[in-house]
Amino acid sequence: MINCKINGIAVQVAEGATVLDAAKKANVKIPTLCYNPDLSPWAACGICVVRVEGSNKMLRSCCTPVAEGMSIVTNDAELVEIRKTVIELILSTHPDDCLQCPRNQDCELQTLAQEFGIRKQSFPKRLRDLPVDDTTGAIILNPEKCVRCGRCVTVCQQMQNVWAIEFLGRGESTRIAPAADVALGESPCIRCGQCSAHCPVGAIYENDQTKEVWDALMKTGPDAKTCVVQIAPAVRVALGEAFGLPAGTDLTKKIYTAFRRMGFDAIFDTNFSADLTILEEGTEFVKRLTGALQGGLAAATKERSMPLITSCCPAWVDYMEKYYPDMVPNFSTAKSPQQMMGAMIKTFWAGKAGIDPAKIFSVSIMPCTAKKYETHRDETMYSSGFQDVDVSITTRELARMIKQAGIDLVNLPESEPDSPMGPYTGAGVIFGATGGVMEAALRSAYFLVTGEELKDVNFTAVRGISGIKEASVHIKGVDVRVAVAHQMGNIQQVLDQVRAARESGKETPWHFIEVMACRGGCIGGGGQPYGATDEIRTKRIRAIYDHDENTEYRCSHQNPYIKQVYAEFLDAPGSHKAHKLLHTHYVERPLFMK
Amino acid sequence: MAKKNFMLVCGGTGCESSKSDEIYRTLIKEAELQGVKDDVQVVKTGCFGFCEKGPIVKVLPSESFYVEVKPEDAKEIIAEQVIKGREVKRLLYKKSQQTADNIKVQDIEFYQKQFRIVLRNCGVINPENIEEYIARDGYVALEKALFEMSPQQIIDVMKASGLRGRGGAGFPTGVKWETAAKVNSEVKYVVCNADEGDPGAYMDRSTIEGDPHSVLEAMIIAGKAIGAHNGYIYIRAEYPLAIDRLKVAIAQAKERGLMGVDILGSGFDFDVEIRLGAGAFVCGEETALLQSIEGNRGMPIPKPPFPAIKGLWGKPTIINNVETLANIPVILTKGAEWFAAIGTDKSKGTKVFALTGKINNSGLIEVPMGTTLREIIFDIGGGIKGGKKFKGVQTGGPSGGIIVEKDLDTPISYESLIALGSMMGSGGMIVMDEDDCVVDVSKFYMAFCVDESCGKCAPCRIGTNQMHALLDKISKGNGVEADLDSLERIGKAMTKASLCMLGGSAANPTLATIRHFRDEYMEHIVDHKCRAGKCKSLVVYEIIPAKCIGCGLCARKCPVPCITGEKKQPHVIDTARCIKCGECFKACKFGAVTKR
Repeated sequence: MINCKINGIAVQVAEGATVLDAAKKANVKIPTLCYNPDLSPWAACGICVVRVEGSNKMLRSCCTPVAEGMSIVTNDAELVEIRKTVIELILSTHPDDCLQCPRNQDCELQTLAQEFGIRKQSFPKRLRDLPVDDTTGAIILNPEKCVRCGRCVTVCQQMQNVWAIEFLGRGESTRIAPAADVALGESPCIRCGQCSAHCPVGAIYENDQTKEVWDALMKTGPDAKTCVVQIAPAVRVALGEAFGLPAGTDLTKKIYTAFRRMGFDAIFDTNFSADLTILEEGTEFVKRLTGALQGGLAAATKERSMPLITSCCPAWVDYMEKYYPDMVPNFSTAKSPQQMMGAMIKTFWAGKAGIDPAKIFSVSIMPCTAKKYETHRDETMYSSGFQDVDVSITTRELARMIKQAGIDLVNLPESEPDSPMGPYTGAGVIFGATGGVMEAALRSAYFLVTGEELKDVNFTAVRGISGIKEASVHIKGVDVRVAVAHQMGNIQQVLDQVRAARESGKETPWHFIEVMACRGGCIGGGGQPYGATDEIRTKRIRAIYDHDENTEYRCSHQNPYIKQVYAEFLDAPGSHKAHKLLHTHYVERPLFMK
Repeated sequence: MAKKNFMLVCGGTGCESSKSDEIYRTLIKEAELQGVKDDVQVVKTGCFGFCEKGPIVKVLPSESFYVEVKPEDAKEIIAEQVIKGREVKRLLYKKSQQTADNIKVQDIEFYQKQFRIVLRNCGVINPENIEEYIARDGYVALEKALFEMSPQQIIDVMKASGLRGRGGAGFPTGVKWETAAKVNSEVKYVVCNADEGDPGAYMDRSTIEGDPHSVLEAMIIAGKAIGAHNGYIYIRAEYPLAIDRLKVAIAQAKERGLMGVDILGSGFDFDVEIRLGAGAFVCGEETALLQSIEGNRGMPIPKPPFPAIKGLWGKPTIINNVETLANIPVILTKGAEWFAAIGTDKSKGTKVFALTGKINNSGLIEVPMGTTLREIIFDIGGGIKGGKKFKGVQTGGPSGGIIVEKDLDTPISYESLIALGSMMGSGGMIVMDEDDCVVDVSKFYMAFCVDESCGKCAPCRIGTNQMHALLDKISKGNGVEADLDSLERIGKAMTKASLCMLGGSAANPTLATIRHFRDEYMEHIVDHKCRAGKCKSLVVYEIIPAKCIGCGLCARKCPVPCITGEKKQPHVIDTARCIKCGECFKACKFGAVTKR
């Protein structure tokens, strides 16, 4: 441990801790703009300057390690003046259209300007006229607002290992754009939206589709549609943050009520279709595992039936198709819960409710920007004969809709979802956290293989925030080895081992791999409320598992409504009909479209 | 039989652009034509430093110092010098136009106060011939380092010598080496920073062009000292001649067993590779330089970790400037005490300066630390051109500040220049006279920084542009007094809050001129007047009718044209259309054109 002083307050920090870390420990807030706790310091903005007591020199607290005995001053007249000047310089290159900005009242630059009491523009505006890039349909890049803090580039390259965006130009003309200045939609971008979740200002944000949803909800007369909504597991434990509630507040049943008040005609829960996914994917896994046990794991590795890799995450699917196309056969063909629900709404439910699927408007609420892309990813997303999910909006968009509708979410009465695609098991809930899909699959796979129920359904080894988790589960004489990776940048070391094993004729190190593109899984998705840190992610995860523990059924195959759906409509997991509606396929896609 | 003549022809970039290569070839051809090729050896050397008078040809043993030589002079030089054994008087350096006294090299005032360590071989040897380097004690230091000294002993000598980084920051070289030596790592790197970018500075280019082996020898010694086996020379692509000479030198050193595997049978391996920079000024900053070598965008990254601990590809890396390295072989052969005896208390050895601007003897000079600016400008540099009044000298290029008359007697050291609000920088020294405008000069340097800011860090990226806009406004006569406060406020924020020294020093020229010449800024702001006549918007050219005889010369020179008038009648300038190029002012023989 290292001893230091922050404004005279003695604190002890671990070796390698920065001055900023130490200040936090001393309950001193040093203003920052480019710094983000998820990322290694890029040191671009120059706002977090501090000085060592008695020294004239200023240091950047975000990247200066604490030395033994250091005495740091974080606030004096000169430091405040310098910070204020730097903030004013940044403001001189930033448009003053806060009122029309997607980040209005939720902007880190706006907050700094407010905290520093900046009431006039000291320096002439130096704005740039640069085009908005909306080519992905999921996230929008508005370079005019960019403060060039570098967060998005660090996120995209280091955290996510996607390399869709880069700095182009020099000096004042420095801007963020894909390499070679192609459009984002033609770049390797996987639309995970982590750039938008980390952007301190309104330079990268989700494609706001709330108007499309309002239009459908408000429409009357012969063109009016039956509006159906589904909500993903991760949304319910994060939405409250946008309403000032602590992270990890579970609002599931209040959100159902809010949906009804917004005018949705039917409310389903993606947790239900997560259960459906488990039955399809679990069955697929058991089939592949059985094959591998017969033909040998090395052979199964070689022919790429092993390991099975999860495919619920659309950003991950996009990444795999671009960066690991050789893994296409390893991918579970099961659609994501969003798309399964979409297909079921416009087929099974439409038939049951006697509604023309052409007259259904299907909305999904997701923690994710890539889900917007998934709704039209390929022709299998139209398996009902229509676009299965019409619009997918993020948690952030939902928060704005609820506020706009004047719904007092926090104090709403609770209500239940609609039947039969509302009720779900704990296995469906945990899809929202990293390791959840794996755990849910193992809970049911055990049953599917052995015909017996597990005594303890908790697979804690696959839970938690560490980047790569491994576990081994004993199922009927076989040690099933699994790996869980989240945050795109972590997946390379897992898949490279699989690839190496395959290429050298060896057995894959794992039978089953879960991958989620975002840190913490969907609870840390690119469409979630701003300001996620590991502390916040951990609280959201905690809420997910609490919810799981409080459900009547903990395993997907136990869901009586799932049984009903198969009995009435789908026949059996992996049936012809299930394949038509609930499965998809993958193709190699180029990194750059041109 | 006459004694054999050696003709040294300057092969530096400056003289080559004035046809020195043709002079070299013509001298050889003439010697052959005149049948005396065995009596003369023509050698192409590195820069003599006296660039003002180039191209230079020096003849030994007569010590004849020919200046401003043209290819067509070759015939006469061979005929006179080799056949008749006498000097070509008209080409000899003369102290001034008035005196006909020809003087020998040792008497030339330009060289008198100089002390050459770094430039010891420049203008003396053929840089493309390793034998000539070896003949002047080349690679003796390497032999000593490999066979007689432990890495720690080498580091101890470096520390005792007091050598500090010549790239500008002045960090003690021995300490840097020791830091890297102490890190336990199988792979380490030695990097030579030859990304010279200050406007007006060219000592690194000239050192490599004139004596490439001194840099290579030092890098190998550094490798032994820290335990590195690979070196990179990061040099800008705009230095083709230096790059060629490095390539030749590397090939020759390898052929001789002085580089590569098992150097001289010592068991020590060391290889050097050249990496070309694309000319971004910021890549001279060490972390940006390493980023560039790695193939990344040349942007500085935070320190610590310092490169000596975690540098190129995460390995311990020392980065030394060309001039720093060129000192090292001499320090090892002559000893730390010898070196430490030169210079001042804290700044040891010599410093090379590129002396340019309004000075009589512009060129490359090397003087002991502690020499005063007055000695450099008035003794070595021969004073201000055309007898004009000295205004100031800019040291440290765009990172430095102007030093004025009252401070000229300050002995030069890293610390003394910083105390004067400037810095050593890499050693550019630009002399300004009364015809230079401080607003214009500050604007020039700020424009340079605007172009060269990498764009990473907000204070530099935005501050340089805002300051440039303010300077531009003032130079156009649109400034207000509060603009000076804004300049100082932004300048301070840039100085204090920038990540690297590019931004950290970019405001220096402006802040220093405001400090020393606030009255001139105020003249621009209040009186809309530029006393030096450099700020074009504030200059008006007019013709005094009484003095104009109507010759029409001004009208013919005017490129717009905006001067009209009948023959033998006073002419008139249409000031609205005038682009203020000053051609009319220069052309008029009757003083009828005025500038105000």
